[in-house]
Amino acid sequence: MDAIILQLLNGLDKGSAYALIALGLTLIFGTLGVVNFAHGAMFMIGAFCAVTMQKILGISTITLDPEKLDFLGKPLQIKTPIVESLFGKGLGDSIINWSVPLSILLAIPVMLVLGYIMERGLIKHFYKRPHADQILVTFGLAIVLQEIVKYFYGANPIPTAAPDMFRGSIDFGVLIGFAENAIIYPAWRLVYFLFSMAIVGAVFAFLRFTTFGMVVRAGMADRETVGLLGINIDKRFTIMFGIAAAVAGLAGVMYAPINSPNYHMGMDFLVLSFVVVVVGGMGSLPGAVLAGFLLGILESFASMNEVKSVIPGIDQIIIYLVAIIILLTRPRGLMGRKGVMEE
Amino acid sequence: MLGLSKKDTTFLLVVIFLTLATPILLQPFPEGSAMAQFNAGYPDLMQRFAIYGIFAIGFNILFGLTGYLSFGHAAFLGVGSYSVVWMYKLLSYNVLPGLVLAVITSALFALFIGYISLRRSGIYFSILTLAFAQMSFNLAYSVLTPLTNGETGLQVYTDDPQILMDAASPNSPHFFGILMIESTKVNIGGWQFTFNNGYYFCAIIAIIVFYLSLRIFRSPFGTMLRAIKTNQTRMNYTGLNPRPYTLAAFVISGMYAGLAGGLLASMDPLAGAERMQWTASGEVVLMTILGGAGTLMGPVLGAGFIKYFENIFSKINDNILHSWFSALPDGVEDAVVFLVHPFIGKGWSLTLGLLFMMVVIFLPGGLIEGGTRIWNAITGKNRKSNKPGQDGKHHPKPSAHVN
Repeated sequence: MDAIILQLLNGLDKGSAYALIALGLTLIFGTLGVVNFAHGAMFMIGAFCAVTMQKILGISTITLDPEKLDFLGKPLQIKTPIVESLFGKGLGDSIINWSVPLSILLAIPVMLVLGYIMERGLIKHFYKRPHADQILVTFGLAIVLQEIVKYFYGANPIPTAAPDMFRGSIDFGVLIGFAENAIIYPAWRLVYFLFSMAIVGAVFAFLRFTTFGMVVRAGMADRETVGLLGINIDKRFTIMFGIAAAVAGLAGVMYAPINSPNYHMGMDFLVLSFVVVVVGGMGSLPGAVLAGFLLGILESFASMNEVKSVIPGIDQIIIYLVAIIILLTRPRGLMGRKGVMEE
Repeated sequence: MLGLSKKDTTFLLVVIFLTLATPILLQPFPEGSAMAQFNAGYPDLMQRFAIYGIFAIGFNILFGLTGYLSFGHAAFLGVGSYSVVWMYKLLSYNVLPGLVLAVITSALFALFIGYISLRRSGIYFSILTLAFAQMSFNLAYSVLTPLTNGETGLQVYTDDPQILMDAASPNSPHFFGILMIESTKVNIGGWQFTFNNGYYFCAIIAIIVFYLSLRIFRSPFGTMLRAIKTNQTRMNYTGLNPRPYTLAAFVISGMYAGLAGGLLASMDPLAGAERMQWTASGEVVLMTILGGAGTLMGPVLGAGFIKYFENIFSKINDNILHSWFSALPDGVEDAVVFLVHPFIGKGWSLTLGLLFMMVVIFLPGGLIEGGTRIWNAITGKNRKSNKPGQDGKHHPKPSAHVN
């Protein structure tokens, strides 16, 4: 029983990432009808926002301390981060320590602007072109973004630490009445899960309870009619694109401590997220989130040793197998609507 | 001749001539001259031209004709490579049985994948093929280690059975005694030409499969595939079921990919799983689009173009740049080098990505269309080209996405 709960928990962090990326993909897809292969790159750029923030906060001034000598007998160099000299030692330290959550503040404007530029500069011209062209041009864009990041940050993964508070593990078992040390779970992953739930909730609330969201949902259902009602749907769709990019970016920011960001992480997640979107059903937001968690959890269950001993290698292919089976049995995915993307 | 019209025969003869003369044509600069780094006439690269040309021709039969965008063709490349290496391990270093097996296995594999994937069209098809290819890659990389040797890659060891090997047989890939690695070097003046057996082997196969694709393009079957791309609904109304045709196209292009993979292993007797990654599938899509999907010569041009610049661009470093721009005043020179630097050497992928985006945005017909436009501008011809998909009267534009 405790093993099962542990695997459920393990599936949550990957599932959260899948769900958030798939949510953005579906948003763009449902509203604009554009298949965005550059969405994984947004996730990756979000992760690199965290890296950048870490670097910015780490900028230090070097002073020489003539009292102390280093091992060569030269005056000792002391690095004081600029943040510390601005805010004092205690506050400065904690700011550096909390660099990952702070990067959210950097990531939101960056992603919104990036999404805006992308939509106005490129995607706008592809609404009327076939899906294959959209896939190709966004695939090209993904390569370009990836290479730009690689040029500035290098090809190696850059470790990004979570705040000290969340660095350890929590002994979950005691909390829910199991024996001690039965379920030990890294704290940051739990934070990530809660964070992603909050984002998903925010997106749904935004679509459900605001006028803007209502118009967007109407636009998803029938774009022409909404345009005929005198609503500037294009402008709203641009904002929607920015929001979708921001969702992927935020998923990336908080994912940085789980896996050190590298320039091709976006591509790795993209393939899986597309599978997630298809399993959930094209154009269905709840479907995307549900399928994300479902596949994440399935993957973690498949990687249990007990399962692997029965079917070796199932953990590598379970997601694809599920996707193929679902696509063949329920062509619209789990919660797909009729008439979306059916040539 | 050969069941082709006069125009096509000329075309084929030109292609044959170009392919056979490649070692000479790609060495325009004498050895040791400043421009020698732009020479591409060395065996390894020329083999790649031919092999990826085959790969792209095959992909074009599916994508260029039917419009089905597969993102999983690299899986067949991998299957072909593994087949050839297994034949080395079991029989001998003769490439022929391996290539035959590569084509057969990839055909079966494509039949299986195509049968499932082709139940859906459009983006679903792309994602299904992508999922299959990633699945194959993961299987090859970890689970099927006894078959594929996992991340090490499959290679021939001394204790392999190799039942057809005797003391006299060569110890590297060969075609009935013709060694793939052997080359004849000819020096004429300052020029050095390398005529490599492996290249000619690939080139002859490439010519044969090019001829086949030419025949497919001109056949009723090819017309049927174009009809699928143009308007499936209309096809259904005329009482034709498109699925057998698309499946046949998928299997044929899978066979091409398997053959290309087999040839890769014929040139270099090892096979690794990274050949099956979806980025490799993306590469062949890039080649086809860049050259011009749906044209005969386009994919080959695209493959050559990408492979050439991948090799040449990535060798240029800052010193070479400085030597080029040394005529400029110092400050300007540094600025120019600084500007160009991100796009060459390791930044080649960036250039490729940008170029590819430009092509998709401005030149949907790829290099071929660009060439045609330039040619028409020079000669002042303004007649409509009769290529498929560009004739607005009979090929309506694909309808926009409507929810």
